[in-house]
Amino acid sequence: MPEREITYANAVRDAMSEEMRRDPDVYFMGEDIGVYRGAFGVSAGMIEEFGPGRVIETPISETAFMGAAAGSAVTGMRPIVELMFSDFMAVCYDQIINQAAKMRYMFGGIARVPMVIRAAAGGGTGAAAQHSQSLEQMYCHVPGLKVVVPSTPYDAKGLLKSAIRDDNCVVFLEQKLLYGTKGVVPDEEYLIPLGLADVKREGADLSVITYGRTVQMSLAVADRLAEEGHSIEVLDLRTLSPLDCGAIVNSVKKTKKAVIVHEAVKFGGFGGEIAAVIADSEAFYSLAAPIKRVGALYCPIPCSPILEKTVLPGESRIEEAIREIL
Amino acid sequence: MERAVNSRGCAGESILKDKALLRKMLEGIMIARKFEEKVVELFSKGFIHGTTHLGIGEEATGIGTTMALSRGDYMLCTHRGHAPAIGKGCDINGMMAEMLGRESGVCRGRGGSMHIADFSRGILGANGIVGANAPLACGAAMTISLKGIPDRISAVFFGDGASNQGAVHEAMNFAASRGLPVMFCLVNNAYGMSTSIKKAVKETDLTKRAAAYGMKSFECDGNDVLAVYGTAREARRHVLENGPCLLVEHTYRTSGHSKSDGNLYRTKEEIAGWEAANPIARFSSFLLERRLFTRDEIDAIDRSAAAVIEAAAEYALAAPCPRAEEAMDGVFA
Repeated sequence: MPEREITYANAVRDAMSEEMRRDPDVYFMGEDIGVYRGAFGVSAGMIEEFGPGRVIETPISETAFMGAAAGSAVTGMRPIVELMFSDFMAVCYDQIINQAAKMRYMFGGIARVPMVIRAAAGGGTGAAAQHSQSLEQMYCHVPGLKVVVPSTPYDAKGLLKSAIRDDNCVVFLEQKLLYGTKGVVPDEEYLIPLGLADVKREGADLSVITYGRTVQMSLAVADRLAEEGHSIEVLDLRTLSPLDCGAIVNSVKKTKKAVIVHEAVKFGGFGGEIAAVIADSEAFYSLAAPIKRVGALYCPIPCSPILEKTVLPGESRIEEAIREIL
Repeated sequence: MERAVNSRGCAGESILKDKALLRKMLEGIMIARKFEEKVVELFSKGFIHGTTHLGIGEEATGIGTTMALSRGDYMLCTHRGHAPAIGKGCDINGMMAEMLGRESGVCRGRGGSMHIADFSRGILGANGIVGANAPLACGAAMTISLKGIPDRISAVFFGDGASNQGAVHEAMNFAASRGLPVMFCLVNNAYGMSTSIKKAVKETDLTKRAAAYGMKSFECDGNDVLAVYGTAREARRHVLENGPCLLVEHTYRTSGHSKSDGNLYRTKEEIAGWEAANPIARFSSFLLERRLFTRDEIDAIDRSAAAVIEAAAEYALAAPCPRAEEAMDGVFA
């Protein structure tokens, strides 16, 4: 099968462009997504191909365009909205939480809200407290929203295409430090269904359950530990809502040990839900060690490199947690 | 910017020849009034769970505006949204059943009073978040413009209270900057819950908001259903031809804000004055004065409106409740 190596950013762009070519109801809206190509250069070439009628640049007015996306979704369009930084969701939280997420249920199951909110998430860039957060757990808690956090170009493309075709509001959290990473994608069309985890590395001694940028870190740690003879499984959840509970339970039943890793603040983070899924299932009886969690410290993300590195989880903290229960 | 003021009777004399339309208008405001009176009664008898926001005294704004819309037009209303939904053609039985949280309610009992919707009639929902419907209305207008749908607009109701919400300002700018077909209908009932407009803003002439966004504004006496209808029709035409506009309708809510309202923020005299000028009394006297309808005809319309509401209450009380095992239906498509 012919394939090629592309970046995570281009995978996102290709998914959007392919879907816009396929379906005239899909349009793309956000701030500076035209000739500027978006803050992270994701939408290069799109305004040239689709024109300003379908690549719609907005005022700096997140509440207006997020609400407009929802209003157009319930009346027949399929908007993809780019929110420059996922932190800005706080600016338009109402339109996501009280409007887009609720319209179907609240109106008796008639409305469809087929929209995708793409946002760049995560730290490591020195952009400090308001441009570095991982807030996925806040969306997972709201019934009516689906939440996707892809870790590779292949997953990003296949999951985004599925998200665009989904009839619900999907929050698609891109990892800004992964935009430049490369991976192989097939030339022919493929879709990855939402709600399916992926074993990125098979192992027998311990399961690292993770998603997003920390997948790559966990794989690097697993490679190193393999040299010492430890067999670490890395399970990439890919979609947090709906959550692939079966994949989590099966992996832990097999390895009997679990380390949960995410970049988001550990306290109150989604890792707590993953731990509860394990504790609440038959996998509990297989556990040979306590469940460990790795996440950011309970602290806004600082600017200074030494401080930011301290607050965010890295390979050493992941390795430490693994070694603690190996 | 241009500002058009339309006071009583300016809907044009030609409308006065259309007796069927006048009848529909009178019946509309009567049904809206009786619907809410019935809601109060059913509340007091313990049949309604939750809360409801009545718009008694404001019926002409909801009915007059929506009667000027076409069936295909989108309409988004507020938590005080019974009259606009009725005027836009929402099924009265289904609305009453929704008040009672029944399965045959327009939202299958999931929404209740604050979330009346009927997508088949362009009613994209009443909204419990003050001002949040304005950006949604822009989105419905984007669909109209992206799909090139002719002769259709998106109308959004909000109050003087909501007019200070960022969402409303953002939506007005968004609609104006893109030339979207949105009619911003500001129902000025002089209070945001208990807070007088005089306390909430320095400039109480809210039509001036339009100029800031490069829009035309319209203004009318919101207790005169004919003036509301005429002005809304003109505003709708303006939206189709020139893009968004602001329509300010001045009225007064004689009922309390919600169940919890003890009317401690206004005087009995103030309420009584507005009760005397209520839209049903005013329109009825106008029709009699102009000899367009006889007293008997008006009484007959009143009886038929009452019958519609009685039938709706009977329907709702007999309607089945939702099934507990279906509580999670409709979270996702």
